[in-house]
Amino acid sequence: MIISIASGKGGTGKTTIAVNLALSIDKEVQFLDCDVEEPNAHIFLKPKMKTSKKVSIPVPEVDDEKCNFCRKCAEFCAYNAIAVLKNKVLIFSNLCHSCGGCTLLCPQKAISEVNREIGILETGNSGGLQFIHGRLNIGEAMSSPLIRAVKEQINSDKIVIIDAPPGTSCPMIESVKGSDFSILVSEPTPFGLNDLTLAVEVLRKLSIPFGVIINRADIGDDSLERYCKNEHIPVLLRIPFDKKIAFLYSKGIPVVKEQKEYITKFNDMLNNILDKVQRNK
Amino acid sequence: MKQIVIISGKGGTGKTVLSASFAVLARNAVFADCDVDAADLHLLLRSEIKETHDFQSGKKAKIDKKLCTECGYCIDVCRFASISSDFIVDAISCEGCGVCSYICPARAIEMEDNISGEWFISETKYGPLVHARLGIAETNSGKLVSLVRQNAKKIAEERDLKYIIIDGPPGISCPVIASLVGVDLAIIVTEPTLSGIHDMKRIIELAKNLSIPIQVIINKADINTKNSIAIEKLCKMSNIPVLGRLPFSDKVVESITKGVPVVEFCKEEITEEINIIWEKIAS
Repeated sequence: MIISIASGKGGTGKTTIAVNLALSIDKEVQFLDCDVEEPNAHIFLKPKMKTSKKVSIPVPEVDDEKCNFCRKCAEFCAYNAIAVLKNKVLIFSNLCHSCGGCTLLCPQKAISEVNREIGILETGNSGGLQFIHGRLNIGEAMSSPLIRAVKEQINSDKIVIIDAPPGTSCPMIESVKGSDFSILVSEPTPFGLNDLTLAVEVLRKLSIPFGVIINRADIGDDSLERYCKNEHIPVLLRIPFDKKIAFLYSKGIPVVKEQKEYITKFNDMLNNILDKVQRNK
Repeated sequence: MKQIVIISGKGGTGKTVLSASFAVLARNAVFADCDVDAADLHLLLRSEIKETHDFQSGKKAKIDKKLCTECGYCIDVCRFASISSDFIVDAISCEGCGVCSYICPARAIEMEDNISGEWFISETKYGPLVHARLGIAETNSGKLVSLVRQNAKKIAEERDLKYIIIDGPPGISCPVIASLVGVDLAIIVTEPTLSGIHDMKRIIELAKNLSIPIQVIINKADINTKNSIAIEKLCKMSNIPVLGRLPFSDKVVESITKGVPVVEFCKEEITEEINIIWEKIAS
């Protein structure tokens, strides 16, 4: 069972929901932080890390002895990652998508692939919970390959909770793809609503069932509620604005450690989600 | 002309609220919303779209079923697992590399142009706004960010505007790098939470690697005073000026709900502070 937590807008409470849900449920949990650009879940779960491994992607390397500078590789590359000069080939490996095309088509067989590190993958434990996250190297443009590496660790016999990055483009899609259910966390402001509608369109296109958590539910206006009602989107939970929750968050303390009533709320929500997924099957 | 980007690493720290306030105070500026996959600045600046353009980016493979012999070479070579066993291309995961089209012995695969979003030039009562909307489940947001910035720059040159104010996206990858490259100043908006501090360190490192001058604003500074002091120490150690500390204020959400930049919505401690910050930036 894979449940991803996403949002569209940043800072709505994805990590808070993901962490507290994971800590509340009385089942075997695997936690994946797929926000590899700015991973934060470890701050709250404080896992004991057991393994750390470099994640690399294959990029081309040219053998100058074999190359006859025919330019076929540069003409083919859709990402402008290769430039061929009179007697030199330049590889811009941060633009390379690792499609393997240049290696495949080089008439001189002058191109081979070498690994380039883009980040690290760490795994560990926090209590009974299995924890996995990725950290993208600073300056790296593409996060999707690292997100894929995090997701290769999925053990769907457990309850898998995925903390997704904000936005609605490649990193978010890569993170939520393959989920049995997505929870979209939003807030009742025009920003929250605008970004939620975009995230909803993405999940519909990916055919992933989903529901919404309205965080800071008592601020702003009721346009988010009305939107969910009109679109027949289930509201899974409403969490009021509470300065105490904000303060706990600022110190990296999960809410359920101090406000035990949320344990029941998250469990009820999970059961509700499991029901929905079962019914869809 | 001075290009200023508002950035944060972590999402939801207040980038757009501050960008909109600076838009009001700058008077002589063009605005660029570079959070192209969740753009919100137009909601506060109440913009009117004057021009709409397609964003054409990359290609997608298309298999002609009449020519396809189902040999399966394309499935073998595709590194993005975008071709199904019944030879249909998944447009969401296809990265447009063209390897399948190259390898196909039956020449059954064409690479077709892909429209992956729109970008707009709008007018607001504070100045022109360039913004965009990435298509649903589309990629290549970095390229769209560059396009938005190029057009904002063009407008700034044509109309002889003094500032380009760029509302940046969260994170540290391609759209963020595209928002940062070549700016004169990066203003990092952070909050006194452990997550905010963690993410700020990473975006500072990225901006430093790109040799961009950095200044910091601590938003909701009173949520955790101890952490705010920690941020100031951290900035001092790295020689990064702290432009100001903003208090938590209910007025911010009220102003967003009304669709008005907060400096125009009310006169409170927070807006006085934003005024002072802008004067520091402009001087």
